[in-house]
Amino acid sequence: MQGYLRSDGRKGIRNVIVVAYLVECAHHVAREISSSFKGQNVHLIGFPGCFPNAYADRIMNALCIHPNVGGALLVSLGCESFNRNRLLENIHASGRPGHLVGIQKQGGTRKAVSDGKEWVANALKEIEKVEKVDMQISDLIVGTVCGGSDATSGITANPAVGRAFDRLVANNGIAIFEETGEMIGLEGIMSKRAVTPELSEELRKSVEKAAKYYTIMGHGSFAPGNADGGLTTIEEKSMGAYCKSGNSPISGLIKPGDVPHKAGLYLMDVVPDGEPRFGFPNISDNAEIVEMIASGSHLILFTTGRGSVVGSAISPVIKICANPETYERMDEDMDINAGKILLNKATLDETGNEIFEKIIEIASGGLSCSEELGHQEFILTYKTFEPIGPSCLPQ
Amino acid sequence: MNKLIQIHPQDNVLIVRQSIEPGDKEMINDAEIVFDKPIALGHKIAAIHLQKGDVIIKYGVPIGSATMELVAGTHIHLHNMKSDYIPTYTLDEEFIHAK
Repeated sequence: MQGYLRSDGRKGIRNVIVVAYLVECAHHVAREISSSFKGQNVHLIGFPGCFPNAYADRIMNALCIHPNVGGALLVSLGCESFNRNRLLENIHASGRPGHLVGIQKQGGTRKAVSDGKEWVANALKEIEKVEKVDMQISDLIVGTVCGGSDATSGITANPAVGRAFDRLVANNGIAIFEETGEMIGLEGIMSKRAVTPELSEELRKSVEKAAKYYTIMGHGSFAPGNADGGLTTIEEKSMGAYCKSGNSPISGLIKPGDVPHKAGLYLMDVVPDGEPRFGFPNISDNAEIVEMIASGSHLILFTTGRGSVVGSAISPVIKICANPETYERMDEDMDINAGKILLNKATLDETGNEIFEKIIEIASGGLSCSEELGHQEFILTYKTFEPIGPSCLPQ
Repeated sequence: MNKLIQIHPQDNVLIVRQSIEPGDKEMINDAEIVFDKPIALGHKIAAIHLQKGDVIIKYGVPIGSATMELVAGTHIHLHNMKSDYIPTYTLDEEFIHAK
């Protein structure tokens, strides 16, 4: 594997220019700019809100200096609250090319689009010069998420990802799993895996927080398609989702934007702190994907039973299909057929190894199915978090 | 071919690993069950006789409880079990459980 060396020592497996709108009012201009580079490494990201939000600010800053990002174009209307100057300073401080297009300052849509396109065209040439260096498994951060789950997810794809995660951690890589709302009922089992008693308590509290939050919202992390697929309760879905984490000890608890630096397995707590203020914690799967990328994930393992097709901006998404019937219908969207386990055509260990090999293939520059199909979904909304405490990342 | 699997030795449900067609026969709890309706991949079947209120065990852990008496071989889903945490939301109103 070879990676793009960044000034902070991290290595990227992709070298993309992000075009980032800083308020919904700048979305169209940003999309016009990015879509004129279709098929090239130019990805659209952004935050739609006009009101300031520390979480969104943190995520956008983390994304613009993500190891897979070579440079960033910021698109601002001009009157929104987002601190565009500080973001641009951070991009420049990281040694990356960065530029701000102010739509009001430029004199409207057409001029802003034209200025942005010219800058991106030049930036694409500039980032070709980024040094490529050898990269090991120990340089990789891999996140996992499930979406469009059914009852096969928890018996094929998710435990197979768990096997791949165990191998990743054994090779000194970093693995992130998440969605405490889908660990409700499992807090006792999970917290026993923590590397310290203090971390164990933090893990237990994070699931308690999720249970309280979802109870106030009146709705768990459960979609009607989950039930059609044979899942009956949140506990059942939880147990199926949880096995993605494998059997390694849990080394830490992070929140979106915290980047782990030590090899091991980490739980990401995505449920906001305090009373519910901005709605559901994550309104769709891509919100979790964005958060894991903000925490440094180079690529994402996405398991699905019903058949999700999403990819993501910035980091490749590898799709692992749990259900053999779904795979037959949607094979072009799926990188791995874990459903064959149900047909006695592969074991969990073999499929775990297949996922591990696929991680290396995609990290080495091979395109995942969602990348080939042009998927670059992105979503970022309002949230509130308190910083993590010292017992969350034991030394 | 056996179309049902038990995921964990403590489970009181079996999982459909290949879709069941009407007329399919399976040995469950030492008795032959003949299915009269199709049951989709991934769904749950009672492995033993369960009483109302009994905890449903899958993966070796509780995943909810029975809302009625269930004989071995019964298809278990929203109509006869519920979450012990957060009620399950579906598009079909009749399946929404009051907690």
